[in-house]
Amino acid sequence: MAECHPVGFQWVVEARARGARVFHVDPRYTRTSALADRHLPIRAGADIVLLGALINHVLVNELDFREYVLAYTNAATIVSADFRDTEDLDGLFSGFDAGSRKYDPSSWAYEGVDEEPAAGLRGEQLEGGAHHAEVAGADQYGSGGAREQASPPTDPTLRHPRCVYQILRRHFARYTPELVEQVCGVSKADFAELAGAITENSGREHTTAWVYAVGWTQHTVGAQYIRTASILQLLLGNMGRPGGGILALRGHASIQGSTDIPTLFNILPGYLPMPNAHEHQNLDDYLKGAGAETGFWGRKRSYMVSLLKAWWGEHATADNDFCFGHLPRLTGDHGHYSTVMAQIDGTVKGYFVVGENPAIGSSGGKAQRFGLANLDWLVVRDLTLVETATFWKNGPELATGEMRTEDIATEVFFLPAATHAEKEGTFTNTQRLLQWRHKALDPPEDCRSELWFYHHLGKRIRARLSDDEIDRPLRELAWDYPEEGERAEPSASAVLREINGTGPDGRTLSAYTELKPDGSTRCGCWIYCGVYADEVNQAARRKPDSEQSWVAPEWGWAWPANRRTLYNRASADPEGRPWSERKAYVWWDAEKGEWTGHDVPDFELTKPPDYLPPEGAVAEDALAGTDPFIMQADGKGWLFAPAGLADGPLPTHYEPQESPVPNLLYGQRANPARRLYDRPESPYNPPESPRFPYVLTTYRLTEHHTAGAMSRPLSYLAELQPALFCEVSPELAGLVGLVNGGWATIVTTRTAIEARVLVTERVRPLRVQGHTVHQVGLPYHWGWDGGGLVTGDSTNDLLPIVLDPNVYIQEGKAVTCDLRPGRRPTGPALLELIREYRDG
Amino acid sequence: MAQGGWISRWPVLRQLRGEDGRSRAARSARTDALRPRTEQADSVARSVCPYCAVGCGQLIYVKDGRVTQIEGDPDSPVSRGRLCPKGAASKQLVTHPGRQKHVLYRRPHGTEWEALDLDTAMDMIAERVLRTRRQTWQQEHEGKTVRRTMGIASLGGATLDNEENYLMKKLYTALGAIQVENQARI
Ligand code: SF4
Repeated sequence: MAECHPVGFQWVVEARARGARVFHVDPRYTRTSALADRHLPIRAGADIVLLGALINHVLVNELDFREYVLAYTNAATIVSADFRDTEDLDGLFSGFDAGSRKYDPSSWAYEGVDEEPAAGLRGEQLEGGAHHAEVAGADQYGSGGAREQASPPTDPTLRHPRCVYQILRRHFARYTPELVEQVCGVSKADFAELAGAITENSGREHTTAWVYAVGWTQHTVGAQYIRTASILQLLLGNMGRPGGGILALRGHASIQGSTDIPTLFNILPGYLPMPNAHEHQNLDDYLKGAGAETGFWGRKRSYMVSLLKAWWGEHATADNDFCFGHLPRLTGDHGHYSTVMAQIDGTVKGYFVVGENPAIGSSGGKAQRFGLANLDWLVVRDLTLVETATFWKNGPELATGEMRTEDIATEVFFLPAATHAEKEGTFTNTQRLLQWRHKALDPPEDCRSELWFYHHLGKRIRARLSDDEIDRPLRELAWDYPEEGERAEPSASAVLREINGTGPDGRTLSAYTELKPDGSTRCGCWIYCGVYADEVNQAARRKPDSEQSWVAPEWGWAWPANRRTLYNRASADPEGRPWSERKAYVWWDAEKGEWTGHDVPDFELTKPPDYLPPEGAVAEDALAGTDPFIMQADGKGWLFAPAGLADGPLPTHYEPQESPVPNLLYGQRANPARRLYDRPESPYNPPESPRFPYVLTTYRLTEHHTAGAMSRPLSYLAELQPALFCEVSPELAGLVGLVNGGWATIVTTRTAIEARVLVTERVRPLRVQGHTVHQVGLPYHWGWDGGGLVTGDSTNDLLPIVLDPNVYIQEGKAVTCDLRPGRRPTGPALLELIREYRDG
Repeated sequence: MAQGGWISRWPVLRQLRGEDGRSRAARSARTDALRPRTEQADSVARSVCPYCAVGCGQLIYVKDGRVTQIEGDPDSPVSRGRLCPKGAASKQLVTHPGRQKHVLYRRPHGTEWEALDLDTAMDMIAERVLRTRRQTWQQEHEGKTVRRTMGIASLGGATLDNEENYLMKKLYTALGAIQVENQARI
């Protein structure tokens, strides 16, 4: 965090100055370690064992925050008798289909769910086969999670053998300190200190926070890493409370916003799922298959209809399903890596790359470049000539003879972009905080914002339409943004206002609770409703830090409803009183009959703690006054996820696709549902292979940004970190014959790259399963061009394309490699070297 | 400041005499005459750092149509005026000489870039989108209505504004392009 989110880290330093203890779990010793109380080096790819052992420690010693767990989680809920755990099936949960490598999650359901009548999903499940994929896929459910009952059967004594609490105990029983030592390389003493610290610092008076970045997500079990932390935090009562939670440190200025208002294939704004051809034909079917009817997700019809109204305006009416039929349909995974394969296979003809640089920024760079070289046309918009724009002119495949410029038929348009200073708009930071940027000056020459580009592209496309039915969604599209200035820049405020939404009177709405299912409201992204409340751009608020409370509610605007801490009802006990004075945050004011506190309560303002839902209630009315997790069907924090995950209801340790050791826990070595693309452009290192004996992990430097297009051309930053290097321990350097400051060649079956050698004790060899495991650290900011003042080989070229099955993120943080002294071969000799490794 | 003529005020002399060279004895008449660039700015825009997701507040100073300085915004409860090396270097992101300011075009099989004006490029792109869309249109897939094109894909960075992502998703969806992705996946 100190390296990659330095200014955010000031708050950790401040907390430590006030007595907080800081543990840093990372394969490498970094600036974060230097400022922590304890650094625990860990083998990359083993975190579920560490977190699972913490869960086991809490359960075995009954250190859970029992009152919180009973009231706010599904610990007491009873699960179907059909459920089988990975402990029973040697690393598989019940429902796995070996042919399709996918789970049918029906046996993971709460008891009694089977009697529920078919609700869209069920009928599809019966069809079997490929449809299971969509059923198990997390994309299916949007932000509300899976459909479940509001009031499933429970055993508050937690003794029922099929209650979630007992299932957890059995599932994690073998995750012991000894196992942590064996699998993670973390000593029993270090584990004991960590376990003691987090349990002592949780409960009524204290909270513990977990903070992670892509070190947790870029794995074939990435979503389950976060799930493991969620289980731990729920057991310890650390969710929805100040100083608690799980904080995702996202790596880009508006990467959170890019998910909320997604340019992602599987979701629409506000985490509404994209419709699927297999399941949904009309709006009703779609909504039935889109998750829970209870909790606030039960209002999804209002969110969806308001979105369709924002997009198709007066053309969207109740009679035509609000133009629901205008939406294109999915048939499986259409994610980034599938798209690249479709480029290589020739299906994708045209590609827009906008402020992105997949030629060096995505895993398996060679596959990316082969995809680019097989397009009809490519549009690249950026500040500099990034490698994605110049692959045809000076890419590495020209040197190896795999491509010739004259043979590449791709037509390339490079359009220069505006910087953040030259346009206005909002970023959503890692805390869900929208902050408006005012424009400092106009962009120079041909440089334009993406807002300008897409607005004017849309206008030109719409000017060329036919009467053909396929053009109807474009003809009827609400695309009428006011333009400003001599460049005819569309008004970003007008777009933000559309995102916020308007009511029947045309005035902006104040909250998503005002959205209606009848077409009388319009809203481009329901979770952002309120950002333009009272016709005021709330994201532009800048009341100084010194003039408001520590929660700072008047700086920018946080979704939803300007809440700074989600699920903060849980910061009070079931009766609505703060768990302790120290940790008071949001509470029930019985006199006024409403929730109040330091933050906007994440609860219906006047729903009393003793509210019990009447029979047959829907949406939020179906949740009790003690149900803080208001987006879930049952209002509970899910220790066990009865549906919604593609790879199981509980996290389980699997080895990475490429690992030097076997899975000590199960016969099932790696995540059985992981997404593989075994292709010649991007093959895999065999597991436990002596040819690839070392663990490779990648990371960022403070002085650079991602693939370097925003940092390598800047002289200050280029000078601070001029060259790609690899970090190796003195032991490994001795073993391989590497010299500090010299060159090393790092090899995988994808390719080999060269880097300067940094011999350092910051990377330590670990003892894992009786062997010494050496780890190699590689930052990934370099490429061959990109307008960079400093250039170098692309680390991402080394990485495999194997994905988490829930979110289709690549496993970039734990792979295997070989190391050789000296520079890599050039030209065809490089291919020869790789061939030797592949065939070797 | 020490009294006397310019010689006795000369910093070198004062430091040799034992005054602390890291304090007032470092000051010269020239130092006193220096004014921060920020004071002379024509305008200041309140902005946000474009690198990581911490979201540090920035003050962007502009003079004569050029960015002259970018500082941390002391009012921000997120950053309290601080910027890390990237945020502090972000003036160069706007002003560095390697920045491309003109449209470039590479024709199929071409070996060099060619110049193209923005308006023509926009028309050419719009024409290609419509042509590819029509050529690759799928009304049905395995018997189910899909009304989409698998021929057009998009990958966006995560420094795009929310408003930009919104227009992208809206336009692509109306076009029937579904392979729309973002750094957020990566
Ligand atoms: S200044 Fe540094 S820490 Fe702050 S947002 Fe920018 S990159 Fe992140």
